[in-house]
Amino acid sequence: MSRWLGLALLATALSAHAAPETEKPLKLWHAYRGGEEAALVQATKLFTSKSGVQVELLALPYDAYAAKLTNAIPHGVGPDVFIFNHERLRNFHAMHLVAPASGLAREDYFPNAVEALEVDGQVYGYPMSLKSLALYVNTKLVPQPPETTDALLAMLPALSDADAGRFGLAYESGDFYFHAGFLFGFGGELFDAHGRASFDTQGMARSLAFVKDLQDQRFIPQEASGALVKSLFNDGRAAMIISGPWFAGEIAPNVNYRVVGLPVVSATNIPIRPFLGVETAYVSARSERAEQAQALARFISLGEASRMRAMVGRQIPADVAAYTLREVQEDTLISSFREAARHATPMPNTLEMARVWEPMKLALRAVLQGGTAPQDAGALADRRYRALHRERPPDASPLPWLGLVGAMALGGSVWVLRRPAATLPFKQRYPDVAQAVAYITPAAAGVAVLVFVPFAVGLSLSLFHHEAGEYSFVGLANFVDILASRGYSITEPLSFYFTLAVTLLWAVVNVVLHVSIGLFLALLLKDPLLKLRGVYRVLLIIPWAVPNYITALMWKGMFHRQFGAINGLLVALDLEPVSWFTRFSTAFAANVATNTWLGFPFMMVVALGALQSIPQELYEAAEVDGASKWTQFRRITLPLLRPAMLPAVILGSVWTFNMFNIIYLVSGGEPGGGTDILVSEAYRWAFQRNEQYGFAAAYSVLIFVVLLIWSAFTKRLMRSSSEVMG
Amino acid sequence: MNRPSRLKMAAIHAGLTLLCMATLYPVLWVVKMALSPTDGLALTANPFPETVTLEHFRQVLSGTDAAGRWVFGRQLLASIVVAGATTLVGLTLAVSAAYALSRFRFPGKDGGMQALLVTQMFPATLMMVPIYSILQKLHLLDSLTGLVLVYATTALPFCIWNLKGYFDTLPRELEEAAVMDGASTFQVFVRVVLPLARPALAVTALFSFMTAWNEFILAATLLNDPSRFTLPVALQRFVGEHKVEWGKFAAGALIVSAPVMALFFALQKHLVGGLTAGGVKG
Repeated sequence: MSRWLGLALLATALSAHAAPETEKPLKLWHAYRGGEEAALVQATKLFTSKSGVQVELLALPYDAYAAKLTNAIPHGVGPDVFIFNHERLRNFHAMHLVAPASGLAREDYFPNAVEALEVDGQVYGYPMSLKSLALYVNTKLVPQPPETTDALLAMLPALSDADAGRFGLAYESGDFYFHAGFLFGFGGELFDAHGRASFDTQGMARSLAFVKDLQDQRFIPQEASGALVKSLFNDGRAAMIISGPWFAGEIAPNVNYRVVGLPVVSATNIPIRPFLGVETAYVSARSERAEQAQALARFISLGEASRMRAMVGRQIPADVAAYTLREVQEDTLISSFREAARHATPMPNTLEMARVWEPMKLALRAVLQGGTAPQDAGALADRRYRALHRERPPDASPLPWLGLVGAMALGGSVWVLRRPAATLPFKQRYPDVAQAVAYITPAAAGVAVLVFVPFAVGLSLSLFHHEAGEYSFVGLANFVDILASRGYSITEPLSFYFTLAVTLLWAVVNVVLHVSIGLFLALLLKDPLLKLRGVYRVLLIIPWAVPNYITALMWKGMFHRQFGAINGLLVALDLEPVSWFTRFSTAFAANVATNTWLGFPFMMVVALGALQSIPQELYEAAEVDGASKWTQFRRITLPLLRPAMLPAVILGSVWTFNMFNIIYLVSGGEPGGGTDILVSEAYRWAFQRNEQYGFAAAYSVLIFVVLLIWSAFTKRLMRSSSEVMG
Repeated sequence: MNRPSRLKMAAIHAGLTLLCMATLYPVLWVVKMALSPTDGLALTANPFPETVTLEHFRQVLSGTDAAGRWVFGRQLLASIVVAGATTLVGLTLAVSAAYALSRFRFPGKDGGMQALLVTQMFPATLMMVPIYSILQKLHLLDSLTGLVLVYATTALPFCIWNLKGYFDTLPRELEEAAVMDGASTFQVFVRVVLPLARPALAVTALFSFMTAWNEFILAATLLNDPSRFTLPVALQRFVGEHKVEWGKFAAGALIVSAPVMALFFALQKHLVGGLTAGGVKG
């Protein structure tokens, strides 16, 4: 830090031009791993040796990558070049993060890759590689890959035997990314002429009916995850699978396979046309060395770099010239994916596209896992889509609000100033105020700057509408929308009241379980004569020590439909395996199980402490009076525990109320957002539904209000319990 | 209290063993994933690996960056520095503030305590944007100092509440006696109060340490140098866009959790007495 500060001071002292610009390396950010990362490293080294410009690479976790970019670039501390899928281009563009690709020659790349990067006629970024789906075929089981869906349907019965765990075809059928190809193949369109999404179409119904039929005939596995698909293919229990180029690295060496394009839909004579994703090298709009950054981005997307990315990184170059290289031509994987990409539909980079995922996932799962008929699913998706698409509320004037704040400040200060006059002079009331200030200032300053200020910003954000990087003041419109449950009846998952009810249920069930399990264990463990007491205690505390995102992922795996340990236990007990995340009750139970595991040790420790503070003489006296153990528990233990446990219960309920990680990572809100709690709903509005920060902040404020009411209520409880104590 | 019967003891042991097994079962699955040679999965209730390999651990521990430097070592160091400094800063700030809140009278005291609790009620997800701007104004982006300050302050409300609750239970007579002997308030605080509050200090320190040790979103967002990433950020790198490297993720998860478990083990005696959660102690 001091080095940084020193540099900053030096820089200001000598003026910005003093430091020679060529000395600092260009910054390139990405989220690649393995071969893809190795290829990128090679390519940038080559760039450095040719141009003399150093490049500093930063590899980031995919989950934190987008948030980091959108925070860093506007503050001028971002990269010069970054690699991202083209899907988010419109968001990046709206937030002014990306610069047009000034050095791009269209003829160097495949036309649909360049089109994918166009916004208002300008091309942003250099297309590096193509990602689309194709058919992986186990050549031992399927010597001749099917070219049409009729041929596929003719093959499947012989290749499938669901009871033996064998399937003709496997893919992640519950994911819209995988279904989109079928939708387009059946002549469906996602967007109408005005660019608005339309779901209730013929193509939608037919494609859903087709896939539903595959599942009903047990040609494809239900609720397939990536892990299942991989395992089936590697064990030779799936003859064909649908996946992208990244899958090639996962195939076991003993499996002979080839990759072909997806079959043509016989009913329409249109090929199954999957989405085309374009990995792109973007130049940051805030790069101080735009020319060099453009050169770097262009360099890694073409020529020798393309060859490296194809051969080392196993990517499918978007660079036309790469396919004239012998090595690339002879590589069947690369050339097959290149063929498959020809028919692919470039995924629209519009903001509308970002709104399609959630409704489509809902419709797809409703058909495949629920009882919804394929022709009704479109309407379901349409409804969710319209609820997610919020028109910008009319601007409101901030003046009355400023007036209100001013009046409150004035009223408050008058009240404060008038109050002491009635009692003792300040000095006498607070004799040690100077010392108190000295003790408290450091913490108060830290909390004020890093906790209260962000908190106040968060609060005020709820009065704004955020769209594409611009905030407009809308007054209470966000709250009105939420509280009026606009567009949704209150019994549907997207309604505030439904989510509130789920959240309250969630908090109550968890806290009751935490406290009762914790207390039960504490009662067992309190006996000082118990042998191995310390060992038990340490073992039972372990869940507390595990970071909760790890806990969540761990339990998510335990509830896996096909490989989860819980279903393993059920099968071992001769019970039917349960598909946990398709029904509200089981999904909710899975969340509760996870959170109970994670939360009981805290309550156990608090209860142990509280039990130790109860004087032993009370029990002895009760014993003398002939009170039973149960009476002792009810009349001594419980009342004396209450004051010590209540604060922990309050804190625990606040934590549970906002326990985002568990909901988000375990059930992910499934089915259909039903198990989402308020805080995960707020997160979705902020980060998955086109950055509606204002709306999300309004949700947060409501969470905050609910908790305030709750804490006021418990404070009363506490007061009455201390009265009981005398 | 009379000695419970053998039968009852046996029942308690059986019950506790069962519960411990239920508690450890998910953890054993992580161990299995970390030790199994492939990411291959099968439906089974058996939490023990069939074949054991240390390959995943070796790969995680020997992780190098593009330039061939041993980043795992640096990241471990960064994690220790960040978590250690957070504990130190957080504890220092919390101890003095909690003492003032427990012993001195001053205006805004009750309001301040309530305000601290209230901040725990606002979801953290929306705080990132303002925190980023504030750190930039303070020139603390991309620095471990900035990260430490954020962690320490976000842990403060809990720390202050817990310590204040404990201080409230300490008898004032001891402090008054020390003052009679001519000690200054500060001396009383350091020499008398702090040693008595050891259990609460241990718990609070553990809490601050965990806050900093386990966090990854802020660390990944604020830092720009892979050799200063904390371990959870490195761990999160195994979760990719299209696939998760479960074997390495599990190995990494065990490595990240181990020090915290060790601390719990070391501090478990204090844990019971030191956690008041602002409570009333008898």
